[in-house]
Amino acid sequence: MTAQTKNKTDVQLAVRGISAAYERGGLVLDNVTLEVRKGEIISVIGPSGSGKSTLLRVLIGLLKPSGGEIFLDGRRIDYDSRRDLKEMRDRLAIVFQQFNLFQNMTALVNVSITPTKIRGEPKAEAKARASALLRRVGLGDKLASYPDELSGGQQQRVALARALALQPEILLLDEVTSALDPEMVNEVLDAIRALAQDGITMLIVSHEMAFVREISDRVVMMADGAVVETGPPAHIFDAPKTQRCREFVSKILRH
Amino acid sequence: MDYTFQWGVAFKYLPDLLGGAWVTFHLTFIGFWIGLAAAVFLAVGQTYGGRGLRRAISAYVVFFTNTPSLVTAFFIFYGLPEVGILWSPYVCILVNLILNAAAFLTDVIRGGVASVRIAEMEAAETLGFSMLQKIRYVIVPHIAKVLYAPISNLYIVFILGSALAAIFGVEELTGTAFNIASDTFRTIEIYTLAAGIYVAMTIIASTILALAGRWAFRVKARIF
Amino acid sequence: MFQHALAQIDLFFTWQNGILWLRAMVTTLSMAALGCGLGFALACVLVYLRSWPSIALLPVRILLIAYVEIFRRIPFLVLIFLVLFGTRALGLRMPLFWIACITVTVMATAFIAEIVRAGYESVHRTQWESATVMNFGRLRTVLFVVLPQAWTVIIPPAFSYFVMFIKETSLASQVGVYELMQTGKYFNNVGISPFLAFGTCLLIYFALSYPLTRLGWHIERRLKHRFRRIAGPVLPSASVTASL
Repeated sequence: MTAQTKNKTDVQLAVRGISAAYERGGLVLDNVTLEVRKGEIISVIGPSGSGKSTLLRVLIGLLKPSGGEIFLDGRRIDYDSRRDLKEMRDRLAIVFQQFNLFQNMTALVNVSITPTKIRGEPKAEAKARASALLRRVGLGDKLASYPDELSGGQQQRVALARALALQPEILLLDEVTSALDPEMVNEVLDAIRALAQDGITMLIVSHEMAFVREISDRVVMMADGAVVETGPPAHIFDAPKTQRCREFVSKILRH
Repeated sequence: MDYTFQWGVAFKYLPDLLGGAWVTFHLTFIGFWIGLAAAVFLAVGQTYGGRGLRRAISAYVVFFTNTPSLVTAFFIFYGLPEVGILWSPYVCILVNLILNAAAFLTDVIRGGVASVRIAEMEAAETLGFSMLQKIRYVIVPHIAKVLYAPISNLYIVFILGSALAAIFGVEELTGTAFNIASDTFRTIEIYTLAAGIYVAMTIIASTILALAGRWAFRVKARIF
Repeated sequence: MFQHALAQIDLFFTWQNGILWLRAMVTTLSMAALGCGLGFALACVLVYLRSWPSIALLPVRILLIAYVEIFRRIPFLVLIFLVLFGTRALGLRMPLFWIACITVTVMATAFIAEIVRAGYESVHRTQWESATVMNFGRLRTVLFVVLPQAWTVIIPPAFSYFVMFIKETSLASQVGVYELMQTGKYFNNVGISPFLAFGTCLLIYFALSYPLTRLGWHIERRLKHRFRRIAGPVLPSASVTASL
């Protein structure tokens, strides 16, 4: 990791010119540049296949970028270095679209396992914290339930609690409501709203435009793997500058 | 290490071993096909037959699938002469192989037949197929696909299982190896060569079966 | 014919002979159990090592794959001879019982490794990803997430291999181990009718194999029920072809 003098602005995460491709070929991310400041809530929107989820996967290290650099608190992360990846994953947490809870563990264990087994926290303490988190997302009575006994919305809230148990500096939310039945979307969005109050930095990929508009400090619009436009929600939704963005926004608004 | 390797000596006997491999091949080939044919009848009998027949076949299958092939071989080899039946060792082993193969194959086939009746028959009904059409277009292809892999696998298993014929003096691969090793004392080299030939034989057999399966039945069978 | 057998019944069915059969039965079971138990442990280690993606370990991975493919294709009889003469060549004079156990272990490791590998594959990739992004590391992911979920796919075929090996150990008689088959041969050699000697042998093997096979079916059913939650495909009747 190359040491750099810390920037005076409180930029927590800086993505510079990141490109990425899957093995089958074809660029999925094309020279993406993005900055996230501490406490900011950034939403990434765009049509399907625009690379939004891929960006999150690159950030969390599930996909290696083919070009560009990523800086966390001013320090460059070397995605080839296992130590850097480990440090990065200690500070970032992701919630997936398909919840991806561990099927062989109860909700409580799902939330508490990383603190206990990986971070070595004392069991009682970790379990207490996990219970508190689960109660906070409204699942206090489901501590001993297995994922297949929970609804989609409940599972996603457990996933949220699991990510929060890691006490991350930045929370990545990858289309967390897209796999849910409509009636469950709100319970998850409410949980996220509550988190926003706490001032945690969030990078949200979502299709829920009303929610995005309400909660975001800034919105990034992506298409075909590249960043098309960035700005405050009002700007992006009401007065987009680029043609592409305008097309996209008009399509969503029509619905 | 108190053993000197003499691979040159061992390789001299390769033709003999291959001759033994040939015996293994025709022993297994004949035995397995007859066993398969018998198993088809037995499976049909067990699915559609009367209560007595079903029980008899079940008893036979359960018996042979739960007893070691070696012991039934001993039983046949030493027991039949007592009742006056004198067969050559080859025939004894062949009969043992057929009896065992038929039992395992009946089990497998019956599973395949049973898996067809419910799902596919309903689909065929809704498509308005006649009985003959159902059999030809639905049942047989389905059975072929479902059963091809397990049956191929069993064939490989029986090639390996034929090694016990050596104990009764049949000059198949293991038997030949045993004789050569006794003569030359080059035990490790000879048995390693024999093992290598078994590995080669089974790989070739798997490959041929897999390719045949893909070509004839459009079954995706694994080689490895 | 059978009069010969009938005449020997008094001679054959004695307490001492019963003890002989019992000891043989214990020998048979222990060879299978020890071999399969150790084989299972080694198979898990083997598959774990095989799952390391690093280039440096490629030769090791190739070796492990070769091991599995080769030792699934060698007959037990040939293998036990190889182990026997191999250990003698190395100067080790091991008791025949242990020779047989080693042979079972070597084969069981290869067979069970295939099952464990299928078990790994039955666990959805996203479970691995979730563990990776929380810094689980490979070993912990396998121990806490993959294996607990792979159990349903691993246990039934592994159990039927155990039952299969109980029968395979009959070949250990050929190197002189006093297990069930050898006991049958012994009685036949001292003049007992082959129907009695080998018949008893058959019955005892049956008494071992059949109940255990049914137990295996029962375990498979129970596992399917309890682990409904596991989102992976459960191999249908994996035990059918494995139960040899």
